Amino acid sequence: MTLISDLQIAAPEILLSGFALVALLVGAFAGDGSSRFLRAFSTVVLALASLLAFRQVALPPEAAFGGLYQTSEFTSFAKGVVYAIGAGALFMSGGAVRRDGMERYEFPLLMIFASFGAGVMLSAGDLMSLYMGVECLSLSSYVLAAFLRDDLRSSEAGLKYFVLGALASGLLLYGASLVYGFAGSTRFDQIADAPYSIGLVFGLVLMICGLAFKASAAPFHIWTPDVYEGGPSPVVAFFATAPKIAAVVVFANVLFSAFGVMEDQWALIVAVLAAASMLIGAFGALNQNNIKRLLAYSSIGNVGFALIGVAAGETFGTSSILVYMTIYVVATLGLFGGVLAMRRDGKNVELISDLNGLSRMKPALAIALTALVFSVAGIPPLAGFFGKLMVFRAGLQADLLWLVIVGVISSVVSLGYYLRIIWAIWGKEPAAALDPVDFGVGVTVVASTVITFPVLVIWIGGLINATSFAAAG
Amino acid sequence: MDLTIGHYVAFSAALFTIGVFGIFVNRKNIIVILMAIELILLSVNINLVAFSVFSGDIAGQVFAMLVLTVAAAEAAVGLAILVVYFRNRGEIAVEGVNVLRG
Repeated sequence: MTLISDLQIAAPEILLSGFALVALLVGAFAGDGSSRFLRAFSTVVLALASLLAFRQVALPPEAAFGGLYQTSEFTSFAKGVVYAIGAGALFMSGGAVRRDGMERYEFPLLMIFASFGAGVMLSAGDLMSLYMGVECLSLSSYVLAAFLRDDLRSSEAGLKYFVLGALASGLLLYGASLVYGFAGSTRFDQIADAPYSIGLVFGLVLMICGLAFKASAAPFHIWTPDVYEGGPSPVVAFFATAPKIAAVVVFANVLFSAFGVMEDQWALIVAVLAAASMLIGAFGALNQNNIKRLLAYSSIGNVGFALIGVAAGETFGTSSILVYMTIYVVATLGLFGGVLAMRRDGKNVELISDLNGLSRMKPALAIALTALVFSVAGIPPLAGFFGKLMVFRAGLQADLLWLVIVGVISSVVSLGYYLRIIWAIWGKEPAAALDPVDFGVGVTVVASTVITFPVLVIWIGGLINATSFAAAG
Repeated sequence: MDLTIGHYVAFSAALFTIGVFGIFVNRKNIIVILMAIELILLSVNINLVAFSVFSGDIAGQVFAMLVLTVAAAEAAVGLAILVVYFRNRGEIAVEGVNVLRG
């Protein structure tokens, strides 16, 4: 392996980190006046990185930097989605950033560093690079959650996220150190060859706890509703989408590539995590009035559905994880566009009752949000239904009938709160008028709605084919 | 008595447990939580270095250096967030962190 080919394999991340370091200097010299320019530029760079990552999907899997770094179709596809969604989140953040006093040059840069960290942990072929990626994502996220410096709720969200996130990193790391000790190597391919030992299982379980926290799977979900409620909306739109798919795919990738032979040990743990997440996501959201809190529980539940694919194992699950999470994060980005559009008299409003009568005030937004909510809920003609179908099929193929039944039950229960949103939009009398929607938010909501329905519905076969690498070999 | 790998692992497991309990049992001060987090990371370092020395593989020591670096960054970010929180709230008692709930 020459240096040049190593650098080519890491091209998307090198582009991101190189840009972020230069932009940091620009921001430091030009001050917050450069923020708008840097935000636009960062969006473009993230979109470029997404193209580079998608281009790697077609290339054969390769390792770089002595095995620290590796690409596979599975992770390259996820990376492409992460960067594209990150670009979308940054694109629609403009108006909210300006009005809420977040117009500082660090904002787009922290988003880039967080996406970069997600990319590194996705490409990790070694416990060290996995840890560095996880930390790069986490540390940027803690700061982003507390980005509204003068707001008590935002700083409390940042504090809670930090304390619990640092604990999860500690669990992950302690697990990694045990795995290193008992397997004798930090590289995933060598861990996979290591003989079975009880210490290895111990390390594996601790690592699962740490990764489950990052993906906000129950019972490690406690931070999610608080951080989503307190964090600034553009930041939460990012948290709920890009790092979410990254965390779930990393979860799957670590289990499949480093602990593939120990599937008997972890399959049940992951299945229990999945069941707990789906149930907590469904029942926790039922009596929420704050839409961001409700979406937090919805995201816990949806991570549970994706974990069915992980529990089904590499043979059956790989494609379903990517299909499910891609459809979910695209729709969620649009939903958070809806949250960003909820402003009245220049102030953010975030109760479900603030959506009352939206169908008469803003019919286009109402139709878009209805489609997106139904897609996340998994109602048939919309893309989300096919995602749920895929993970349920994977679960059935892996003989996890009980898990699929829990999934169906929690789908039905969660329909209850999704319908509350729909009822507020279509059935209630209008409240006072909402402020006009930003251009960026409008474009993102329309794009995410069009992708959810009809693009991904028509192209669902293409998406399934594009993500079925494991079956092809 | 010779020191075996078991002694090191037991010691680091004890440190790790103290660290985790430090986060959950402590009801007073958030600074103590930061110290507990630091303790967890140090217990990991002991593990890594001990495994590295006993197996003759250098990777563990490299990992320990990376963990030290990240621990410093983590403490910096944590203290910065704590300062921001203190300026808004006026106290850093653990019971006071309760604006967001439901």
